[in-house]
Amino acid sequence: MTASVTELTVTAEDRRVAWLATAAVALSLVDAAIPSPLPGVKPGLANIVTLVVLVRYGWATAVWVSGLRVLAGSLLLGYFLAPGFFLSLTGTALSLATLGLARHLPSRWFGPVSLSILAAFAHIGGQLLLARLWLIPHNGVFMLTPVFATAALVFGTINGLIAAKLLADTPAAKPAQ
Amino acid sequence: MRHWAALLRPGDWLVLAGGAALVGFTLPLLWQGGFAERAIIRQNGQIFAETDLLTHREFQVPGPLGITLVAVEPGRARVVADPGPRQYCVRQGWLARPGEIAICAPNRVSVQIAGRTKAYDSLSY
Repeated sequence: MTASVTELTVTAEDRRVAWLATAAVALSLVDAAIPSPLPGVKPGLANIVTLVVLVRYGWATAVWVSGLRVLAGSLLLGYFLAPGFFLSLTGTALSLATLGLARHLPSRWFGPVSLSILAAFAHIGGQLLLARLWLIPHNGVFMLTPVFATAALVFGTINGLIAAKLLADTPAAKPAQ
Repeated sequence: MRHWAALLRPGDWLVLAGGAALVGFTLPLLWQGGFAERAIIRQNGQIFAETDLLTHREFQVPGPLGITLVAVEPGRARVVADPGPRQYCVRQGWLARPGEIAICAPNRVSVQIAGRTKAYDSLSY
């Protein structure tokens, strides 16, 4: 029996996704290192990468980068398949879905800040819903909504501004198709 | 260096305002439920004890890991000691507002504060 050789061809797109996901994972680690008054309230710095990727390379690449970030980030921080992982996954999935819709907004009027705020609200919405349905089946969870909503607004705005600044400062290299 | 405000497009302000309105809309949730009147102690999902928050009392709630000690004082209640490994419910400290709950998951004990009125039976989004 001969060993079968599986050859994987690595495209430029693959490399780009890998690099961007690495950047996002690094920011997730920074995120985790920042002390937070309440579990779940954190800046979500990795979303800056998601936003830049979304604007520069499109939604599909953003989904890849975010998905890999959640997976690798959870492995590195040791919460893979723990409740936090599913909260993270739900939040990310919902914000990606929202971004998928929101990116069709006219870009003349709505910039990265809009995308960021909408995604942030979708993120906490998804997390609160999963927490209510699965982790803490009690409506007391929703009493924290104002706190999370405020955090989403503040951090969503800040991340959006940083993403907008990055996009404005770096000239758009023509993405290799 | 460009000014930060220059990075905001007209619609962004709209979304910002909408977000702020949403936050304002959710703020009353922090005060829902009126005043703390009762403490409900549950063991394994069943009500173990229900008490008013008027006098000093202590409850010893048995669970699979041992005894969880719950203290009730006028207007507040807390988990004093718990055999669980991470002590989240103990570290939560005093619970004084309706809807607040401390869950000692390993020992399957929870302490919840209830008010006179329940603002909602359920919420759906």
